[in-house]
Amino acid sequence: MSLTDKVALVTGASRGIGRAIAQELGAQGATVAGTATTESGAASITEFFKENGIKGSGFCVDVSSTEAVDGLMAEITEQLGAAPLILVNNAGITRDNLLMRMKEDEWHSVINTNLNSMYRVCKAALKSMTRARWGRIINISSVVASSGNPGQSNYAASKAAVEGFSRSLAREIGSRGITVNAVAPGFIDTDMTRALNEKQIEALLSQIPLARFGKPEEIAKVAGFLASDAGGYITGETIQVNGGMYMA
Amino acid sequence: MSSIEERVKKIVCEQLGVKEDDVKPSSSFVEDLGADSLDTVELVMALEEEFETEIPDEEAEKITTVQLAIDYINEHL
Repeated sequence: MSLTDKVALVTGASRGIGRAIAQELGAQGATVAGTATTESGAASITEFFKENGIKGSGFCVDVSSTEAVDGLMAEITEQLGAAPLILVNNAGITRDNLLMRMKEDEWHSVINTNLNSMYRVCKAALKSMTRARWGRIINISSVVASSGNPGQSNYAASKAAVEGFSRSLAREIGSRGITVNAVAPGFIDTDMTRALNEKQIEALLSQIPLARFGKPEEIAKVAGFLASDAGGYITGETIQVNGGMYMA
Repeated sequence: MSSIEERVKKIVCEQLGVKEDDVKPSSSFVEDLGADSLDTVELVMALEEEFETEIPDEEAEKITTVQLAIDYINEHL
């Protein structure tokens, strides 16, 4: 298996897309560190890994805190035997509101968790990747970064920023054998989209040529491809996985 | 324990992939040893690690040659 002997860090791995990505990387042989914001979330990740025969464990860390992220790399190295050379920045939140009603807190919390965490986690992880002259960074964006979506100006701004960030970082560290890419899911069947009401779902489905929501595994396979040797010549790219709802 | 000069030279060789014979005190990392901006950042980080010190950005910018690196470490250790 191509990722054997490598440690992968997946943020926001307790459910949804993050959990599916952790499972996929684990299936490719990686030892996986999955983060959650609560101790019970981290414990459920460890349990999930055990049930599915994946090496690694859950870690409780809030990626919106610099101190917490700084401590995480050392903790992973200590517990899993090596620093992560594969990083999947997946942790993300929504705080939807029309801009005219959006509170400062709704704006800042989304930017902090979805975007500022990239700065923190990538910076912390790069040291060992540059030393190893090998690394894979996969940042989870969203179709709304390109398409826009009413009520999601904060979320769309954070995700569009993630894509620009990924392109710049790809140029900075390409010479060290590190690729940086984004995956932009469309509407995927997770807790995040389960918050939508029936009317919203109906309206969305009419915009999706494949006429269904995606499955977390369908995002995980793309992330797994980018992490594997097969994806080694792709960098600075954003891969759209959206059932055709947005075509560039 | 080897001297500070030897330890600095060893790190320079490792980080920049150059031969020890090519590393002279007067060698400029960028002009003589072919370092790019990322190399110099990595070099400073490696020095920080080896000598367990923190080199502020404005100081790091001034460390452009092997001798300047040795001097900095001697002054700050």
